[in-house]
Amino acid sequence: MTDDTFEPTIIGFTCNWCSYRASDLAGTARMKYAPNVRLIRLMCSGRLDPTFVLRALSGGADGVMITGCHPGECHYIEQNYKALRRFLLLRRVLTGLGIEPERVKLVWASAAEGAKFAAEATAFVEEIRKLGPLNWGKADSGQQTVDHEEPSTVHRPSSEVEVPA
Amino acid sequence: MKPKFAMYWAASCGGCEIAVLNTHEKILDVDANFDVVFWPVAMDAKYKDVEAMEDGSILLTLFNGSIRNDENEHIAKLLRRKSKLLVAFGSCACEGCIPGLANLSPVGDIVHTAFNTITTDNPHGIYPRTSYDVPEGELHIPTLAKALRPLEQVVDVDYYMPGCPPESHQIAAVIDLVVKVVKGEAELPPKGATIGVGDSTVCDECPRARNVKMIKEFTRIQDIAPVDPTLCILEQGVPCNGPATRSGCNARCPQAGAQCIGCYGPAEGVMDYGARLITAFSSVIDATTPEEIDHILDGIPDPTGQVYRFNLAGSLMKANKSAWEKA
Amino acid sequence: MSDQKQERVGVYVCHCGTNIAGTVDVVDVANWAAEKLKHQGVIIAREYKFMCSSLGQELIEKDIKELGLTRVVVAACSPHLHEKTFRTAAKNAGLNPYLVELASIREQVSWVHTDKVVATAKSKAVVSGAVSRVIENRALDEIKVPINPNTLIVGGGVAGIQSALEIANAGFHVYLVEREPSIGGHMAQFDKTFPTLDCSACILTPRMVEAGTHPNITLLTWSEVTNVAGYVGNFHVTIKKKARFVNEELCTGCGICQEKCPKKVIDDVYEAGLGYRKTVYTPFAQAVPNFPVMDKENCTYFIKGTCKACEKFCPTNAIDFAQQDQMLNIDVGNIILATGYDLFDARRVSNYGYGRLPNVFTSLEFERLSNAAGPTSGNIVLRDGKTMPKSVGIIHCVGSRDKNFNNYCSTICCMQGLKFAHLVHERTGATVYNFYIDMRTAYKAYDEFYQRVLEEGTLFVRGKVAEVTDAARNDREKGKLIIQCEDTLAGKQRRIPVDMVILSSGLQPRKDAKEVGKLFGISCSMDGWFTEKHPKLDPVATMTEGIYIVGCAQGPKDIPSSVAQGAAASARVLDKILQKEVSLEPIKASINKEACSGCRICNGLCPFNAIAFIADDMVSDINPALCQGCGTCVAACPAGAISGTGFSDAQIMAQIDGLLLKNLEIGNY
Repeated sequence: MTDDTFEPTIIGFTCNWCSYRASDLAGTARMKYAPNVRLIRLMCSGRLDPTFVLRALSGGADGVMITGCHPGECHYIEQNYKALRRFLLLRRVLTGLGIEPERVKLVWASAAEGAKFAAEATAFVEEIRKLGPLNWGKADSGQQTVDHEEPSTVHRPSSEVEVPA
Repeated sequence: MKPKFAMYWAASCGGCEIAVLNTHEKILDVDANFDVVFWPVAMDAKYKDVEAMEDGSILLTLFNGSIRNDENEHIAKLLRRKSKLLVAFGSCACEGCIPGLANLSPVGDIVHTAFNTITTDNPHGIYPRTSYDVPEGELHIPTLAKALRPLEQVVDVDYYMPGCPPESHQIAAVIDLVVKVVKGEAELPPKGATIGVGDSTVCDECPRARNVKMIKEFTRIQDIAPVDPTLCILEQGVPCNGPATRSGCNARCPQAGAQCIGCYGPAEGVMDYGARLITAFSSVIDATTPEEIDHILDGIPDPTGQVYRFNLAGSLMKANKSAWEKA
Repeated sequence: MSDQKQERVGVYVCHCGTNIAGTVDVVDVANWAAEKLKHQGVIIAREYKFMCSSLGQELIEKDIKELGLTRVVVAACSPHLHEKTFRTAAKNAGLNPYLVELASIREQVSWVHTDKVVATAKSKAVVSGAVSRVIENRALDEIKVPINPNTLIVGGGVAGIQSALEIANAGFHVYLVEREPSIGGHMAQFDKTFPTLDCSACILTPRMVEAGTHPNITLLTWSEVTNVAGYVGNFHVTIKKKARFVNEELCTGCGICQEKCPKKVIDDVYEAGLGYRKTVYTPFAQAVPNFPVMDKENCTYFIKGTCKACEKFCPTNAIDFAQQDQMLNIDVGNIILATGYDLFDARRVSNYGYGRLPNVFTSLEFERLSNAAGPTSGNIVLRDGKTMPKSVGIIHCVGSRDKNFNNYCSTICCMQGLKFAHLVHERTGATVYNFYIDMRTAYKAYDEFYQRVLEEGTLFVRGKVAEVTDAARNDREKGKLIIQCEDTLAGKQRRIPVDMVILSSGLQPRKDAKEVGKLFGISCSMDGWFTEKHPKLDPVATMTEGIYIVGCAQGPKDIPSSVAQGAAASARVLDKILQKEVSLEPIKASINKEACSGCRICNGLCPFNAIAFIADDMVSDINPALCQGCGTCVAACPAGAISGTGFSDAQIMAQIDGLLLKNLEIGNY
């Protein structure tokens, strides 16, 4: 069941020194890539708190792209290795939550790799498009119960349990 | 007239009630200073009695347990209306606790497992129905929600008191405080505060020595011999949740030789407890290649359970995708 | 949040001429922000042709003053371009510069997308993210630190010498550290320099002497930097001064010890393995300083315990066998790295036969061979030491422009190959073949030199050499080295027999460049060269403030470019010194000691040693002077006890929500 009209929403985290500059370079060089990625600039991929990823996924993002300097090229010497370790554990935890690990991607891109940044962004959007919407934060009216924003004064009956045949 | 007190037990194990009783003679202070109007485990009371009370007429309600079914939800909303101060009491009410791990599965699977496993004698495959017509009319039993929710996801909560269960000395201290407030001798903490806790994490109260940690292998405490009784448990390679878990328990588990499993929940201001543990564990890994790192991470067999044992329902993601996708 | 005073936010959408407005409906974006983000405190949203122009800036300044804006969002280009511009504008109008946020809708939207509807929608999300974030921004003050006027220069090649002289001549002190016994670098090994054919020693030696005697230069040769701590303006550097076994106070540089030393070893550094030196030696006659060093590995006394010829004959008793390595601690404000290059090891191109075929020479060997002060007194001869070649093949691009070795062009090899051709022609009259892929003779007077070499009769074959072999197929090839090559201009395979082959080897990063980079806190490119701050506009600065890179450490280059960079970095350092203090970005982490549990998880995370554990209080603490603001510890603290200014959790969470348009949902804010 692929939805042709589905346009994924992606949050991208970039490092001020490499991948953000790569995205700048992609711009300066007028390289075209998928418009679904919205970027946040951090000073370093080491700043990436897994909470940011969880916040994005639970808040409506269909995927998260984490980018940083190539191993060995971190502006802060070695902090991208710390980002790598966090990313690998975070992905395991997300898998345990039923989220396809492909929805969170780690990409190394140096300040010189505008083309790589653009290509990775486009490729990631296509991967997410294939996976379909995550819809975590978008609890529509048909989907009941994990209805967290429900104001306390409104009482809605919980749906009945359907018993598997 | 003494102010009114209530305590309720929603989806939980009952340990919180025991913990209250474990305050020993302090429990008499409750009786001396409060008029206990509703406490199903300790006294006989009917929902309709509560419904008949004036809104806001109960001064203090300790609500333990999380919201698993529509009965829980109904009572939570009822007690919210009737209470001036509603305290989410214990880990279940605060963040979902162990019952919250049910959010890892679709509720249908849970029911199926409960009624159709080798330990359940159910030869005809009979499942409960939520309503049933009898000659006297229609009977209802509570309906399970798709996912379990901590109290704050259903109603407005005034205070949080975490712990599985909250430590009795902390309960006693809170009772003392409320009694003083009633007598006009003390002021209430700001609304939304977490009470009966320390202001740091378990390591703050843990007597074990600690160094810069570099872990080559994660393991289970029963698999290391000998365990150094004076050295940080995480440093010995055992994923200990202490660094991310709110202090207040006097580092009870590490003091007893076991790793902290995190029942006191996140520290002040933390948005997602699991994320704090993800960074804590990954920060001590001594490896740089994805292969090495993955190999070390294999030592944590259930990462999701490890970091969300008590906190899943209260976390940012709240549940496994399957819990809300499927019925 | 309701009890908090709502911020007054101004949103300014730039057309950037048609750069943005051509792809994004800027009017729609501004109107949308004014309407949809009103509940967040947006009280004004404007669009303007060029926000960065003085009129655009005035527009913002006027609104700050007249409308009492407390936050500003400029939707324009990348913050790396104009963040400073708009922060300054805010400052001029009395608003703290850190309360301004740039939303990049040019580099991130208009330049990379084509569909106007989609681009406009994305711009709205980007603006929404910036508005949500800016509300969480807090006023910050730049941190001022004093600049130590002393400078450390690492590497005493021509670039490092140039830097040192410029700064020293301006009246400030320089520590010039060189790993080898003498300064001079690779240039001291050359005979002639292209394209003018100046004698290398003749132009370099005066500079070396000047550096060696300058009152403002402390020359530390036979020394290496072992530790660097601190930050711009305040670096603390540890230097290991290796034992020379010669007391520099007493030595006069008379050279008697070298003369009397009975042991000769092959000099594979300065003489590229073609000549010998003694075990107590200065690498060359014009060495600066001219104090010799003792080669401990080969010295007979150190091996056998007897000899001491040098000690016996030294007229000033300067030989000191008991001398120990010394550790020096110095404080400097700025550091220039001029650590140079390594020559590509031609052995790696096994099909060219270097190391196997005796008469295949590397470029450095040829430099020594042609040098009047070299092992053959400048006679260009074969490996046997006497036969003059009648034909010579010079192969360009050895190890460069080759996927198997280095992708990059080493810049100097074409000119080097032409210089060799000229020297061979001039000194031997031999027939010279140059094998090249492309002839690269950029820069002043370079192509003229190529023309000159052409006119001299040097033969040029365009094509990559496949093989150099001694396997003759006929009498003409017998006893020769045969160069097998495709002549792409003639369109045929050729076998050219020659007596001598010179490999114009490329340049490589120093083999320890990565470690040196780590020591100084700078990074290397994929190829291994130190990375400059900006390839065009800031070629000698690095991402680490106060650390500069010059010469071949930054990438292959010729002597004029190395000298120019040396001088350029000095200008940057002098600029810093004369400012007397420097402003640091106030992006720092700090620990809330009440919340810190002393778990020590952050302790292993800071490569700048900014985090210390205070055992008495059982808490960790951050030294703001050492903190570089990466935020790794902020993200790692399991207790949430570490916060970071400029990139706080609140700011980033708000930006996530804003980008996802969660802020539009009533009740969320």
